[in-house]
Amino acid sequence: MGQPAKIAVMNRIDALFARLRREDRRALMPFLTAGDPDLETTAALLDELLGRRGLADLAELGIPYSDPIADGPVIAASYTRALGRGVRLAAIFQMLADWRRRHPDPPIVTMVSYAIVHRHGVDRYLAEARAAGVDGLIVPDLPVEEAEGPEGFQTRCAAAELKLIQLVTPTTPRDRAVRIARSSSGFLYYVSVAGITGERQHLPPELAENVAWLRTQTELPICIGFGISRPEHVRQLAPVADGLIVGSAIVRRIQELAASGLNREALVAEIGQYVEALGQARAVSPTASA
Amino acid sequence: MAPPTTAPLSATTLPDALGRFGPFGGRFVPETLMDALAQIAEAYAAAQADPAFQAEMNEYYRHYVGRPSPLYYARRLTESVGGAAIYLKREDLNHTGAHKINNAIGQVLLAQRMGRTRVIAETGAGQHGVATATACALTGLECTVYMGEEDIRRQKLNVFNMRTMGAQVVPVTTGSRTLRDATNEAMRDWMATSKWTHYTIGSVVGPHPFPMIVRDFQSVIGREARAQCLDQIGRLPDAVVACVGGGSNAAGMFFPFLDDEAVELIGAEAGGRGLSRGDHAASLTLGRPGILHGSFSYVLQDDDGQTDDVHSISAGLDYPGVGPEHAYWKQTGRVRYEAIRDDEALEAYYRLARKEGILPALESSHAVAQALKEAARLGPGKTIVVCLSGRGDKDAYEIARLRGEPLV
Repeated sequence: MGQPAKIAVMNRIDALFARLRREDRRALMPFLTAGDPDLETTAALLDELLGRRGLADLAELGIPYSDPIADGPVIAASYTRALGRGVRLAAIFQMLADWRRRHPDPPIVTMVSYAIVHRHGVDRYLAEARAAGVDGLIVPDLPVEEAEGPEGFQTRCAAAELKLIQLVTPTTPRDRAVRIARSSSGFLYYVSVAGITGERQHLPPELAENVAWLRTQTELPICIGFGISRPEHVRQLAPVADGLIVGSAIVRRIQELAASGLNREALVAEIGQYVEALGQARAVSPTASA
Repeated sequence: MAPPTTAPLSATTLPDALGRFGPFGGRFVPETLMDALAQIAEAYAAAQADPAFQAEMNEYYRHYVGRPSPLYYARRLTESVGGAAIYLKREDLNHTGAHKINNAIGQVLLAQRMGRTRVIAETGAGQHGVATATACALTGLECTVYMGEEDIRRQKLNVFNMRTMGAQVVPVTTGSRTLRDATNEAMRDWMATSKWTHYTIGSVVGPHPFPMIVRDFQSVIGREARAQCLDQIGRLPDAVVACVGGGSNAAGMFFPFLDDEAVELIGAEAGGRGLSRGDHAASLTLGRPGILHGSFSYVLQDDDGQTDDVHSISAGLDYPGVGPEHAYWKQTGRVRYEAIRDDEALEAYYRLARKEGILPALESSHAVAQALKEAARLGPGKTIVVCLSGRGDKDAYEIARLRGEPLV
C-alpha cells in the first residue's frame, strides 16, 4: 500500500510573503498577549485585525510566561495579568483552534518561552500548536546553537510543518547572523535595538543599513520589531523591511482601554483604528523601495 | 608558600564548550545577550591564564577579604549531638560577612579588565548586593543592584549599606518581588547595556559561562577547607555540608572535593514550611528539569512551565531554580540533596548561637541543621565540615519580628 497522496499545501506564512512581494507591500504584524484582558477579547482582536477588514496581515501571539527576560515592563505585566486570571496553554490553543475555523488564511505566529515548550514536551507542544492552526514559532530564549543541526529544534519544527522564526539583533556578529538565517524559516525577526521590548522615541540610524546588509545574505523575508509604535517609525522602516511588528504599543493601549472600563467592542474598535493608522504609513513609493 | 590560585584543582573538565554539565546548563537567553556571554567567556579564559590577574585576586583575598577563612572545630556544638566532630568553614568572617565577596571581587576585576564601566547585580538576602557594591567602591565602577521589594523589607540593613557605599538599589515590584524577579530585571537591564555593563551574577546560575565562573571564584572555599583538614585533622573529612539556594557556596565548597570519592557531599535546600507547592524552595529535592534564567537545570514549575512561587525563611534561598552543575551532581549521585524546614533552620541558628557564640545567617543555618543530622548518623570518630557561608547580623530584624519582638 502506497502512502496517501499528499496535497502540497504552502505554509500560510510563505504564501503571505510571496503575495506581498509580488504586490510590493509590507506586512503589518501586531503582537497580542494571549488572554489579556481575556481570551474572548484576544479572539475578537484577531477577528478585527486579521479578519474581514484586513488591517494587518499576520499576528504574533504571546504565550504568557512567568519570567520573560526579553520583555519590557508592558508585555511582562500583561503576562502577569493573564496568568493571574488563570489563562492556561490548553485554553489558548482551544481559542486559536476556534478562531482558525472562522479564518482559514491569516498566519498566526506564537512567541513562547522555551521553558514552556520544554515542560510541555517539544513534540507534543509542536503538534498541539499545529493542530490549533499555528503557523510558526518565535522562541526568544532558544539560541541558534539549540535550533540548528539534524537533531535541532528547527528540524523538529519542520517535521511538525511549523516555521521557526529566529531573531537577529544589533549585537549579533555578522557570521552569526548568517548562521541564524540558515536555520530559520518563514521569516527573520530583526530586533531594532539592543534591549528589551518596549516603545521608543527614536530608532537607531544604522538600523536600515544593518537590515539592508542582512537582506544580501538571505532569501527569507525580514520583519523588524522592538520599539515600533508610531506611523513615522513605520514610514522610516517600510522601505527596507518585509514586515513590521508592533507589540508593546498595542499591549499598553489594550491595558489602558480595559482599565478604563471600556466594553470589548469599543476596545477592539479603538485598537483597530490604531493599527489601521500604522498600516496606512507602510505604503512605499516605488522609488523608495530597496 | 605559594598563594592559593583560583584555577580549579579538580580533574573535572566540565562544563563543555556549550556550557553543559551533562545535559544541564547551556545558554537559554535572548540573542541580544549571546555575544556578551561569548565575550565574557573569552575574557575569563584569558584572565584565568594571566598570572597578573591571579596575583591581583589573591592580594585582595588575603589583605582585603581576610582569607584564608578559619576552619574551626565547634566543640560544644559537637558535644550537643554526641556524634561526628563538626568543623565550621568560617566564610562568615570574610569582609562583608559572607562568601559572596569571593565571587564579587573576581567578577568586578574581570569587568574592569574588559573595560566595562558599570556593574549590575541581583540580590536576594542582600549579601551579594553588598559584596558587589563593596567591590565596585573598591574599584571605582558604577554599581546598580536590583532587589525585590519583599527582600528590601526583610533586609533593610543591607540596603542601607549598599547605598552608603554608593550603589543604586532599584526596588523590583514585579511578580513575587523576590530574588527571581530581581534576576529578571537585572537581565533586562543588561540586554540594553551590555556594551559597557557587566552583569555580576551572584550564584552558580544563569547562562554559560556564569555557573562556571562563579564556581571557580568560590572554589577558594573548598580548596582552603581541604588543605586545612589535612593540616588540622590530618585527613579528609567524612562529609561536607553546605546550603543550596542558587548554590554558589556549595559549588565552591564541593568542587575541590569531587575527586575525593570517600568524602560524602551533602547539600541542604530550603524546605520552608513544608513540602507542598509554594511552601518551600527545594528545587533539587522536589523540582524537575526545566528552563529558568538562561539555564537548563532543576526548577520548581507547574505543568505549563510557569515558575512556582516559592518560600523560605531565608531570603537567600528563596529561589525556584538552582545551578546546573548541582543538577548534574544530583543526577550522577555525587552529591546528596536534602530539604531543611524553616523551623529546623531556626533551631540550628539558636543552637549555634548558644553553644558557640556564633550567629549564622539563616541560609547557613540550613547547612548547620543538616550537619546536626549527619553528625548523629555518622557517630563519634567521624568528621563533618560545614560551610558557614555567612553571618546572621542581617537576619536579626526578621528573627526578632518572627519572635514578636520587633527591633524597630
